[in-house]
Formats: sequence, C-alpha cells, structure tokens
Amino acid sequence: MKSLKAQNHSLANPEEEIQVLEGNLPGGKFDFRHHLETIGLFPLRPTPLEIFQINVGKMCNQVCKHCHVDAGPDRKEVMTKETMTQCLSILAKETSITTVDLTGGAPELNPEFRWFVTEIRRLRPDVKIIVRCNLTIILANPKFYDLPEFFKINKIEVVSSLPYFTAMKTDAQRGEGVFEKSIQALKMLNAVGYGEENSGLIINLVYNPSGAFLPGSQNELELEFKKKLWDRYQIKFNSLFTITNLPISRFLEYLLRSGNYENYMEKLIDAFNPVAASGVMCRNTISVGWDGYLFDCDFNQMLELKVDAPKSQHISSWDSSALANRSIVINNHCFGCTAGAGSSCGGTTV
Amino acid sequence: MKTYYNPEDLKKFGKITDLQKPMGDKFFAYYAEVFKEGALTAREKSLIALAVAHAIQCPYCIDAYTTDTLEKGCDEEQMMEAVHVAAAIRGGASLVHATQMMNKINEISM
Repeated sequence: MKSLKAQNHSLANPEEEIQVLEGNLPGGKFDFRHHLETIGLFPLRPTPLEIFQINVGKMCNQVCKHCHVDAGPDRKEVMTKETMTQCLSILAKETSITTVDLTGGAPELNPEFRWFVTEIRRLRPDVKIIVRCNLTIILANPKFYDLPEFFKINKIEVVSSLPYFTAMKTDAQRGEGVFEKSIQALKMLNAVGYGEENSGLIINLVYNPSGAFLPGSQNELELEFKKKLWDRYQIKFNSLFTITNLPISRFLEYLLRSGNYENYMEKLIDAFNPVAASGVMCRNTISVGWDGYLFDCDFNQMLELKVDAPKSQHISSWDSSALANRSIVINNHCFGCTAGAGSSCGGTTV
Repeated sequence: MKTYYNPEDLKKFGKITDLQKPMGDKFFAYYAEVFKEGALTAREKSLIALAVAHAIQCPYCIDAYTTDTLEKGCDEEQMMEAVHVAAAIRGGASLVHATQMMNKINEISM
C-alpha cells in the first residue's frame, strides 16, 4: 500500500481535506466554531506551554490505514539536525515545558534520532521524553534491536499503538504481520524492565477504533487489554490510551470511500462534550513539523494549518509572547478531540 | 424504493415521545438505567443486547448494538459467539418442544 501522496490522491492535498471538512455538515448541524461559541470558548486560547511535540519525519516502515500523517516508506520528509538544534535551543529557554513528545512516521528512522534524544536528555534531565514507537521498527533491522536498551538508558516513556489484542483487528488496520511483530517487540521492552512495577520504565499502549465508530471506556478497555495480553502472551504495560480517529488524511479517505463520512461526523458532533472542549491538548502544546514550522497540534500540522502567530510560525523565529497570545486554529476535524470523554495524544481528557 | 425499514429512522427513536410523552420518557429513563454499569458491565450488557437483537430479528437493534459492541471493545469473534448464543437458544427453544411431541406420541401410541 502506498501513501496518499504517492498515489497522487486528491486528499493528499490539505486544501482538499479542508474543503471536505468545511462542506455541509450532516443534518444541518453547526460547525465547531459555533459549538465553542455557545460555551464561551471561542476564540480558543492556549494555557501555559507544557508539551513540546516534535514530528521528526513522515518516513515509516508501516502504512497504517488510518494514519493521519499519511506516513510510509515512500515519505522522504525528515527533520534535519539543524532544525533539531533549533528545537533544543527552545527547549533550553522554555522552562515551562514538562514533556517532549517525539513522533513521526517512525521517529527512529530519522538518522539523527539517537543524537537528538541524547541531547534532549542531557539538556533537560527533568523533562518527560515520549517516543511514539510503532513497535515493529524494533524488529525491522538489526540496527534497531537495541532500541529498548537505548530507551531505558535515556528514561524514555514509550507510547505504542496496538489497536487490539488479536492479530485480525490489528493487522487489518496496521498491515499483515504487524501484530506478531508488535508482540515480539513488547516482549523485548518488557525484558529490559518496561511495564514492570517500580521500574520507572513506562510503556503505554494506544487503542484506536478500527473503523467508523468511537472508542469505548478507556478504563474498561485497559482492564481487558491487560488481562488478554498477560493471559495470552505474558506481556505487561502501564496504561492504555483510547484515541478517537480524526477525520483527516487516510481516515478521511476511508470515511468518504466507505460512505461513512456523514454518519461519523454526526456521531462526533452529537457527542460534543464542553468539558472535553476546555481540556483539548492543543491548549498546552506546540507541535513542530519536520521542516520546523509550528502548529497547535499534530492534526493541524498535517492539514498545514500553521499557528495563528504570524511573527512566530517557524522554530527559527520562535516568539514566546506571540505564541502565548495566539488564538488556536480550529476546524471541524476538532470534533474528534471533543467527542465523549475527549481525545488527545495521551488518551481521554475528561 | 419504499421499504418498511429505513436506517435513518433509528435516529428518530427518541421522537416516539411526541405522541405519548409520559410513557416514552419513562421508557427511555428505564432503558438508560438498564444499560448502566451494574452487576454486569456495560460491555456484557451490550453483548446481551446484540444477541437479543438477533433473536428478535430487529434491524434497528442489530445496527445499534453492532456499533455499540465495537465501541465497547468487543471483537468480531466475541460478537459472533453472542449471536450463536441467540441462535442456540432459538434453536433449542424449538427442539425442547419436541418433548411435548414425544409426550403426545407416547400418549396416543400403542
């Protein structure tokens, strides 16, 4: 399977995606802005910056059907060492940052990944560093076999997608053979102490629905995953994050192709939760793209909706005050983060 | 083509209160109470609902509880097992009446 970009698909163009999102909403429902206005949250303003999310590239060894990045082996966009150095200088001066969240693609495929992680840890021993590891990368090449040890040495919190505890559902979403390799990789992480109580080494899993429906209770699913993964494979993990699929990129393409778009949007809109809206992750996050541009979140990044701070749209022109005073850029894909118990890169928000 | 069953009608279920509000309201309050987490988990209740939906062959209920069980994290294997439970009970309900047939055979046969 190729990325939408490699297929020259119209939805590889963010303008096309936005056109779909801004089209008529099902049942004449009001847009996201209207929903925020009715609860007094528009314009949406940031809270102090805590999460510095850096997308180090779109290259990935997998081509997942729902990927909002449209990542894959055919994507060549990777962050340069120069941009990483600029990120480090921001990290040094923005002391309110408590979490550095490294994502991709498969972040480990960036040739400077290990250097970058080591520098972040050296510069800020206090921050939580998250690596969004797709698990299979650990087995993709012998040069990655020591990643669990590398993560351990740098006190990395590993966050990994595993949409289900069976091969059928996992492989249907993430590709043939992914489940088996993910189980092997989880065992390798467990072997160095990840998921072990009191080890301080955290491995969290991510569940997202494998279709046009919303995730269920995070607590219930976590219990189910823990029981099944332990009983069947003797695998331990810390927490399960449930994440709602946002209607962009490949998931949007799936929704449109399968005739599920209207029903899914209606479901998201009907489940709008004001409490989730006030706790959306974009309020305390800045997302840096592979080329150094700044966004309110990873989803806006993929839609190429830069931060609404004209003087500070690139890491090289970072202006803390302009960013703190910006309005967060919203569109109808944001309904994905405000439905039900809310959704963020760290799971539910309510 | 006209049909008695239209998936869009499922969304209008709440409108049954338009013609009889007190009873409709009581029904929906009861319904919500039934599906709350209790001695059974919401997930278990959803699987029961899916099985019953098949037993009573209600297309609306099958639509609603297929989605609901998926949202609650059930997989296709569990869902199909639930339908087999419904099928077994329906099949069993026919077959167990064979005892009445056998009683009658014994009653009127030499």
